Amino acid sequence: MRTLKKEYILHLMLLPGVIVTLIYAYGPMAGLVMAFQQFEPLSGFFHSKFVGFDNFKYVFAMPDFKQVLWNTIVIAVIKMVLFLLVPLILALLLNEVTKRWFSRFIQSAVFLPFFLSWTVLGGVIIELFSLSGPVNGLVTATGLKPIMFMLDNEWFRGIVIGSDVWKGMGYNMIVMLAAITGINATLYEAAEVDGAGRWKQMIHITLPGMAPILILLGVLSLGGILNAGFEQILIMYNPTVYEGADIIDTFVYRLGMFSQQFGPAAAVGLFKSAISLVLVSLTYYAAYKYNNYRIF
Amino acid sequence: MHKPTLSRKMFVIFNSALLTAITLLGIIPFIHLLSVSLSSNTAAMAGEVKLWPVGFNFDAYRYLGQKVEFFRSFGVSIERVALGTAVNMFLCFISAYPLSKSIDQFKYRTVYVWFFAITMFFGGGLIPTYIIVKNTGLIDSIWALILPGALNVWNMVLMLNFFRTIPRELDEAATIDGAGHWRILWRIYLPVSLPSIATIGLFTIVGHWNSWFDGILYLNSPEKYPLQTYLSTLIMSINSQMTSVSIEQIKAMENLSEKTLQTAQIFMGALPIMVVYPFLQKYFVKGMTVGSVKE
Repeated sequence: MRTLKKEYILHLMLLPGVIVTLIYAYGPMAGLVMAFQQFEPLSGFFHSKFVGFDNFKYVFAMPDFKQVLWNTIVIAVIKMVLFLLVPLILALLLNEVTKRWFSRFIQSAVFLPFFLSWTVLGGVIIELFSLSGPVNGLVTATGLKPIMFMLDNEWFRGIVIGSDVWKGMGYNMIVMLAAITGINATLYEAAEVDGAGRWKQMIHITLPGMAPILILLGVLSLGGILNAGFEQILIMYNPTVYEGADIIDTFVYRLGMFSQQFGPAAAVGLFKSAISLVLVSLTYYAAYKYNNYRIF
Repeated sequence: MHKPTLSRKMFVIFNSALLTAITLLGIIPFIHLLSVSLSSNTAAMAGEVKLWPVGFNFDAYRYLGQKVEFFRSFGVSIERVALGTAVNMFLCFISAYPLSKSIDQFKYRTVYVWFFAITMFFGGGLIPTYIIVKNTGLIDSIWALILPGALNVWNMVLMLNFFRTIPRELDEAATIDGAGHWRILWRIYLPVSLPSIATIGLFTIVGHWNSWFDGILYLNSPEKYPLQTYLSTLIMSINSQMTSVSIEQIKAMENLSEKTLQTAQIFMGALPIMVVYPFLQKYFVKGMTVGSVKE
C-alpha cells in the first residue's frame, strides 16, 4: 500500500513533462502524415486529401533538390572533419603551454563565440566581409579588386564553414583538453626517463590517450550528416548563393513557409528525419558498444 | 626536468605566437564591431574603421535610447528569459527526480525513459511542428517560444545523472522520518543540487536569450519580437535584397542601412552574454564533466 502511494506521486511529477512532450514532440511526429497529404491548413490533418507518395515524387523531381542535398552533405561533412581536426590541433598546442594564465586566457577567447547567437555572429561576419568591410580593405590594400564575398558561391560556402568552426570549435577543444588532463602522468615520466622528447610523447602517449574521446566525438557527429547549420545559413545567405549554400533545412523552410506547400515541405522533412534516425541510432549503438557511452 | 633545448625554446615561442594570433582572430571581429558602432556614420560607411573608432562618438547608442523597437524587444527578451527559464527549470527538476530512481523504486521508469529518449532520436521537423503550435493556439504569443521546448531532454538527463550521485541513504533516512517524494525533492534534493541547477540554469538563460528563429516562425507582430529576432530581421532584410549584381548597387545598398546604429544594436545583443561569460564558462566546463559521458 505504501509503495503504491509513493509511485503515484512519481507519476504525477512526470505528468507535466509528459503532456508537453506528447503535444510538442509526438504531436509533430504524428503530424508527419501531412507528408502523404495534399495538406490544407483549414482542413487539418484529419480532412486533408491523401495523395500517397505524390509529395515525395514531386520534391525529388524538383531541379533544385539534388543540389540542395549535395550542398547539405558537402557542408556538413567538411564541418564534421574540421570540428575534429581544428580543436585537436588547438588542444595539442595548448597542452604545450606551461603558463596557466596564458592557456586559460586563450581557452576563454576561443570559447566565447560558442555562447553568442547566430544573429550576432552573422551580423559580424556580414559586416567583416561586406564590400566596404575590413577584409575587403585588406584585399584592396594589396592592389586587388574588392571581392563580393557574400555573393560568390565558392567564397560564401567557405565563409559558412569557417565561421561555424570559429563559433563551435571551443566546445570540442575543452572536451579534448579534459581528456588530455585525464591521461596518467606517470606515463610521461616514464617516457622522459626513456629519453622521449615532447614530440614523441605527443605521438605515443597523448594521442593514443585521446583516442577514445576522438572516436566518440567523431561517431556521435556522424548523426548530423544532414545538419549543415540551419540558423547560420538562414541568417547569412541571400538568393544569389542558393546554388552553393541552400541546404535541406532552408529549402524546407522556404517551401513550407513562403510557398505554402506544406505537404511537399513535410515530405522533405520526413526524408531528412528518417535518414537522421537511422544514422543517430547506429552511431549511438556504436558509441555504446565500443565506448560504453550511454545517454541515460 | 631536462634543460630545455634550443628547438624546444623555439617551439614555445612559435606556439605562443600562433595561439596568440588565433586568439586575436577570434576577438578582433568584436573589437571591429564595437569600433564601427562608436564611429561617425560617414567613416563607417566609407569603410575607414578598422580596429579603432574614427570620429569617435556615442550617437548610435544615444539614438538607441530613443529607438522604440530596440527597447521593446529588449524587454520582450527579458520577459522571455525569465518566464522560459522558470518553466524549463521547474519541469527539468521535477521530471528528473522520478527518472533518477532505480527500477525497484519506480517500476515504470524504463517506459518513461524510452518515451523521452525517442524524442532525442526522431522529430516531426519544422513544418508539422509549426502546424501543431498553430493548432494549439500559440501563434503570436510569447508561449510559442516557451512551451514547445519547455522540457529539454538533454538538460533533464544532466540533472538526473546528478541526482544519481546523491547517496541513497539520504532518501532512506528521510523516508523513515516520514517524508514523501515531494518533500524529499524540495527539502533534500533541491539544496544539494544547487550547483547543477545553476549550470543548467545558465545554459537555459543563454539559450532563451540567443533564440531568434522561433520568433520569426511563430510571431506575426514585430512588436512581440524578442531582441535576437528583431536583430535577425535587420540582417535578413539586407540579405534578401542582395541580388543586384553591380558593385555600385551593392555599395549603395550597404550604405542605406545605418551602419553605426546597426552595429550598435548587434553589439548590445551580445553584451549581456559577454558580461556573464566569465561565470558561464566556469559552470559550463563543470557541467560538461558532470554530464553525460560516463565510464
